[in-house]
Amino acid sequence: MEWTDEGIVLGVRRHGEANAIAEVMTVEHGRHLGLVRGGAGSRLRPILQPGNAVRVTWRARLDEHLGHYTVEGLQLSAAAFLSVPHALYGLAHLCALMRLLPERDPHPGLHAALSRILETLGEPRAAAVAIARFELRMLAELGFGLDLETCAATGTREDLVYVSPKSGRAVSRAAGAPWEDKLLRLPAFLVRESERAPSGEELAQAFALTGHFLSRNVLEPRGTSLPPERAQFLAAVARAVPAA
Amino acid sequence: MPKAVAGPEIERLIQLLARLPGLGPRSARRAALFLIKKREQVMAPLAAALEVALEKISVCRICGNIDSQNPCTVCADPRRDGSVIVVVADVADLWALERAGAVDAKYHVLGGTLSPLDGVGPQDLTIDALVTRAHAPEVKEVILALNATVDGQTTAHYITDLLQDANVTVTRLAHGVPVGGELEYLDEGTLAAAIRQRTPF
Repeated sequence: MEWTDEGIVLGVRRHGEANAIAEVMTVEHGRHLGLVRGGAGSRLRPILQPGNAVRVTWRARLDEHLGHYTVEGLQLSAAAFLSVPHALYGLAHLCALMRLLPERDPHPGLHAALSRILETLGEPRAAAVAIARFELRMLAELGFGLDLETCAATGTREDLVYVSPKSGRAVSRAAGAPWEDKLLRLPAFLVRESERAPSGEELAQAFALTGHFLSRNVLEPRGTSLPPERAQFLAAVARAVPAA
Repeated sequence: MPKAVAGPEIERLIQLLARLPGLGPRSARRAALFLIKKREQVMAPLAAALEVALEKISVCRICGNIDSQNPCTVCADPRRDGSVIVVVADVADLWALERAGAVDAKYHVLGGTLSPLDGVGPQDLTIDALVTRAHAPEVKEVILALNATVDGQTTAHYITDLLQDANVTVTRLAHGVPVGGELEYLDEGTLAAAIRQRTPF
């Protein structure tokens, strides 16, 4: 068995003295692990950092084997994140989200979205917008997509500002007014592109929304909770982006 | 199954030696043979040294270093600058810094770095003890001497966040061109960091 694919390093675990097991989000083979000979050495360690784009060649005798990776660095973004706290926390959170996917299950759309996020991860507001949208997309990929197109009560497509925490469907301002304190807020940037940059408050509302459904539908059934890196990312973004 | 060529005691010795870092089964056999041939000169003193080490070596209750005394030699040394704490991931890093002789301060050994893939969280490291130490009035600076990896620097930022209300200056090691390093062979990340952190000449 042999294939070559491009991917993004999600994590590396040392294996013995000199080798490492790399976890890579590949385009066509999904989240895939493989043994990298010399992966713990000084030549490959800068390449095998989470967030780096790599080209990997995987070889194994049988498909179900762990197999060996040969790794070539394509875009070494990780070094640029080392001094930026929100970027590192965001990267750790993104990698934790990707680990929700089953191994070897292709998700080329998520790979592409992850690649785009890594390009904006250095800027806190842009990173927060991209990660909030990515969480929505992740929910959809895992089968728990939210319906944010029409109002659950009236069917209108206008002025959707709430989301029902039970059904995950959007609710218009007029229909949701009586239950305002029980509904989740739907910031506009989550459903459409806008010239106006979202405020810190809108970012917090977006993460409250995605966090609720990630916890309830994905993490709690698996006996886990939202990763601590997510809270650290949000705290770092809140320090950098004004609330209003 | 291959036939045993030696008694169980020798096979056991080889198995144990093969667990040491840098030794595989083949080199463990060579080491075992060497020890057996040099019973009096090497094997007996080594066995005695191992026995003493097993009995006396412990983890320092202050910094997490390993030593035959507790508090360790570093913590007990009154000549060291107690206002500076150098935070390292592992005892091997402490030894490396001591070999360099670049800093004459106290240390704190975390016991690793945060690593979601390996399931290492803050509760698995000695971060709480570090925060307590950093709040002592005599401490003025905490140097985060952690690896220039994503895991190492995530740990560094996490600790920095926790030390915000402590009255200390938090610093970290510079990233850049190593001594003897040739630019042509350096990775793009190191070069970019070196350019960003350039200093007046």
